[in-house]
Amino acid sequence: MSTISNLDAVRDAIAVEMRLNPRIILFGEGTGERGGSFAHTKGLWQEFGPSRLIDTPVSELGFVGAAVGAAATGMHPIADMMFVDFIADAMSQLVNQAAKLHYASGGKVTVPMVVRASMGSVRGAAAHHSGCLYPWFMHIPGLKVVTYSNPADGYGLMRTALRDPNPVVFLDHKALFGVRGEAPQPDLLVPFGQAAVCREGRDVTVVAVAAMVPRALEAAESVASDVSVEVIDPRTLVPLDMDAIFASVEKTGRLLIADEAYPVCSFASEVAAAVASECLYDLDAPVRRLNSAPVTHPLSPPLEEAVVPSAAQIADAVRELMAE
Amino acid sequence: MTKRASREEAFRLYETMLRIRLFEMRAGELCRKGEMPAFLHLYIGEEATAAGICSELDRKDQITSTHRGHGHALAKGADPKRLMAELFGRATGFSGGRGGSMHIYARDIGILGTNGLVGGGIPSAVGAGLSAKLQGSGGIAVAFFGDGAVNHGAFHESLNLAAALDAPVVFVCENNLYATATPLRDVTKNDEVATRASAYGMPGVAVDGQDVFAVRDVAREAVRRARSGGGPTLIESKTYRFVGHHEGDPPVGCYRTAEEIERWKERCPLKLMSAYLREAEGASEADLDEVRARIADEIEQAVEFARSSPWPDVATLTDHVLAPAQAAGGGPA
Repeated sequence: MSTISNLDAVRDAIAVEMRLNPRIILFGEGTGERGGSFAHTKGLWQEFGPSRLIDTPVSELGFVGAAVGAAATGMHPIADMMFVDFIADAMSQLVNQAAKLHYASGGKVTVPMVVRASMGSVRGAAAHHSGCLYPWFMHIPGLKVVTYSNPADGYGLMRTALRDPNPVVFLDHKALFGVRGEAPQPDLLVPFGQAAVCREGRDVTVVAVAAMVPRALEAAESVASDVSVEVIDPRTLVPLDMDAIFASVEKTGRLLIADEAYPVCSFASEVAAAVASECLYDLDAPVRRLNSAPVTHPLSPPLEEAVVPSAAQIADAVRELMAE
Repeated sequence: MTKRASREEAFRLYETMLRIRLFEMRAGELCRKGEMPAFLHLYIGEEATAAGICSELDRKDQITSTHRGHGHALAKGADPKRLMAELFGRATGFSGGRGGSMHIYARDIGILGTNGLVGGGIPSAVGAGLSAKLQGSGGIAVAFFGDGAVNHGAFHESLNLAAALDAPVVFVCENNLYATATPLRDVTKNDEVATRASAYGMPGVAVDGQDVFAVRDVAREAVRRARSGGGPTLIESKTYRFVGHHEGDPPVGCYRTAEEIERWKERCPLKLMSAYLREAEGASEADLDEVRARIADEIEQAVEFARSSPWPDVATLTDHVLAPAQAAGGGPA
């Protein structure tokens, strides 16, 4: 099996689409000749040059807004935020302009752009570099929201994002950047709105997002002698494949959602509410949610480790669900 | 009097300003009567800026505008009928009634949006300018914004970015002295907006915003520079709003006096232009009356068009939240 890292797979996807579509340009800080803070744009400047790999000043508001204007006039820009936390400075351009232009123009103007950002807890990232902010974007009509947990999905989803006529927020989990997996077929495209069943099971459904997916798989393995766990990776949070989740819950009767975002108005709360509305009578136990603790990410390692749900906590929650 | 334009150009500029003035007066009236679903920010007094700048633009050039944007849209060629219908929230408006006054888009004539956010359209203009440069269309972009926007981060980031990338953009600050009711001089130690251009390494020029020929002249130079690859320019058009911040807001407030408004009205851009046409072109009152009657009729037709247009179908409420997949790849503006 040929393998590749998540980081390189998504970079390759951008390169493939840039070769096919001369309208794709990339705005970012240090994403040109330097190849990005995570080497996530390595080699692109060398292949596509400075007119398409546009190194910007530290001006998130400015270059996200410039991406909106470029998108509305025929280009397909990627605005590279480096860390999703930094998008707070550009939220007005993303939420008030990019997301609303198509609707407010009565469908006359399209804004095909990708906002790419890394997210999530990694050791030592602390208060300003650990955000897992996808619920912010899920709330806004007009945005699509994508994340992934393996290189093939990252590759196929980025290629799809770069063919979508809407603003797409594409989120890489930092803890997964270096993780390797099976290399995708070059022609792979992963459609939006199709969840992946990462592990089939009969007793409990675990819906997990991004870095929660490998933890859920580890937990499933650890309880495999007693409990048959099905693990679902929704891949795109908007559009969200609720049908896949409903079908799994109808089969298992038990649902746990593992979500690194904070608990209030989270991915988990949305899925829990939808399942309660649509398949309450299929449930054999109350829906369980595991979220990050609603605290600012602390630096100190023992504190930091207590913030994000662990594989052990997922396994415990699965056993508790079975005991209901 | 020295001629400052051909007779045809002078009359065209007069007509553009008059169209804006009469449109705004009629829209304000209809808003007061409750025929419009939202309040409006009128451009009365500032017409020379939109007319002077847009007269130097081509159809392919893009503009981004503000909450006070009807004048920019009309000067860029927007059909008053569809503009009025949009203010009425009717299906025949530019955005099918979904947008309203602060969300006017017309890609085919280069209107990339009026805007409800102060400074909200400035970054887009940088992107539109870069887009034109990368596509080799020969187009440029113009960002209109008020003095209220120049202390917003969007102004700083956009001017710096445009200069750093040599983007073909013209930044046009309409300095009407007040951000709603906050005098610019009270909230910045440098209220000479044009001088800020030096901080970004671009030319900055202040101009009498009541004199449409003066505005046209600085626009011509800035547009030439942008189109020829010389990068962006900051224009500060010193102007004045004769009406309240929005329709319904009294013209006089704690921030300004009736006497100040009267002083500025002596330099009403239409008054100055009528005087020019009489003196330099020998236009008679009958000549000017003919233009006024024609434009007034055009605006009246726009009102009738808007009034008689259908509402959007409620069944379409959720249409256009997302663009359909076949729109992928887009196309040139």
